[in-house]
Amino acid sequence: MLELKALSKTYKTGDRALTNISFSVPAGQVVGLIGPSGAGKSSLIRCINRLVEPSSGSIYLGETELTKLSGRTLRQARRRIGMIFQEYALVERLTVMENVLSGRLGYVSGWRSFLRRYPQADIDQAFSLLERVGLGDHYNKRADELSGGQRQRVGIARALEQNPELLLADEPTASLDPKTSRQIMRLIQGVCRERNLPAIINIHDVVLAQNFADRIIGLRAGQVVFDGPSSALSHEALTRIYGAEDWDQVQQSSEPQNDEFLFSHAKVLELT
Amino acid sequence: MTGAITSLRTWKRPPVLLKDPRWRWTILLGSAIYLVLAISSVEVNWFRVYEGLERGWKFIQGFLSPDFNSRWRDIQAGLIESLTMTLTSTVAGVLISVPIGLGAARNLAPLPMYTICRSIITLSRSFQEIIIAILLVAMFGFGPFAGFLTLTFASIGFLSKLLAEDIEDCDSAQIEAIRATGADWWQVVNYAVQSQVMPRLIGLSLYRLDINFRESSVIGIVGAGGVGATLNTAIDRYEYDSAGAILIIIIAIVLVVEYSSSYIRRWVQ
Repeated sequence: MLELKALSKTYKTGDRALTNISFSVPAGQVVGLIGPSGAGKSSLIRCINRLVEPSSGSIYLGETELTKLSGRTLRQARRRIGMIFQEYALVERLTVMENVLSGRLGYVSGWRSFLRRYPQADIDQAFSLLERVGLGDHYNKRADELSGGQRQRVGIARALEQNPELLLADEPTASLDPKTSRQIMRLIQGVCRERNLPAIINIHDVVLAQNFADRIIGLRAGQVVFDGPSSALSHEALTRIYGAEDWDQVQQSSEPQNDEFLFSHAKVLELT
Repeated sequence: MTGAITSLRTWKRPPVLLKDPRWRWTILLGSAIYLVLAISSVEVNWFRVYEGLERGWKFIQGFLSPDFNSRWRDIQAGLIESLTMTLTSTVAGVLISVPIGLGAARNLAPLPMYTICRSIITLSRSFQEIIIAILLVAMFGFGPFAGFLTLTFASIGFLSKLLAEDIEDCDSAQIEAIRATGADWWQVVNYAVQSQVMPRLIGLSLYRLDINFRESSVIGIVGAGGVGATLNTAIDRYEYDSAGAILIIIIAIVLVVEYSSSYIRRWVQ
């Protein structure tokens, strides 16, 4: 379980990215974090694993207060949090297997990781994760030989190799085509269900968010302006998050729950 | 009607650097006057030039009929010395440059470390090889040891600076992703940074090997050993045919090193 209490972030430049954010995520809940560009979605996600330093407030992962940690204890906390990135952020010149195994870096000693001599259990887990994400045969390929969707699958396997207690995803579908986006979101949703893993997915595409998240949190200018189940995301709520717009066009396309239909209209929102 | 109006419009590229035409003319005229004065202040001894041309002709003749045999032992010793200096100084330079380069990359090192490493680089780069060689020959005496130290010192500045810049140009997303797994500093360097800069580091090292060989024949002239010393002796003794032979060998080795290093650099990409 993750809990944020009065989290704020002000950058050195004076930009106020986050103001007084409080919410908690119970085990197994998939949260879609939506909001216009610059609303602070990325900053929020990166504050949780401290890639960005929060200015004030506190974050608890289970019993651990993440905002108090530094050095070794911070690294030990980071390995409990898996992260998936927008441009996949794989180490391009390393093999798929090395990328997946890098999820264990927080657990193995420096010389083991340097010599690539990981414990057998880690290797077994990496193979089974690669099979789970549908890349069973690609383990010795270099990461830059894969397509976008395949790379994101490796990214997911790397995050899961950490055996995380929390999954963070920063725009995991932003560089993918609509069909692959849906497959990736379905995969993330699936692994979260299997492991009862809570996730915060920062995402631009409202239709995708509504379809694959249990709960939606809407950010606007660094503040939470909507927090509720995906089904409660009304026109009025969208206007509060993004500003006035003719949401009818979007709503028409998202009403039928048929996958194929949704897929063909999935991009309407981004165009409007 | 509108056509007539638009056809009257003219356009000229606006001046970019100096907006005021008076400034443009002043600077242009000033430089022209300075150039004329500077050229007229150079004294040319035309007789000396004529003599030099004659010597140059002798030199070209020597070059065209190179004599590899009569001084072969000296040439061989000089070459071996040069090649040894080149290789050892490049290896030593790379070994020392890697930690300094890591320390001089702003995205990896804390500010105090960064400042120290950048100062070392600046110090190494501020002196030309010949000046360092003169100092080190004065300190450690004639011979290849001074040459080895000179080339190592110069390699450090070159390699660390370019390596540090390459590290700073690394894709930060990859570094961030490895850091997010809970990896420590060394693991971040080993996984996210090393894999990104390795091809460039190999390329730079080979390029430096190439430079060090050429420099090793130059610093020999100020007494730091190697084939440069042999060349200097040959010219001092007016043995232009032996000098020609040495130059041909240097050119051949530079060509071989150049082509093989560019081939290897393409291969590691």
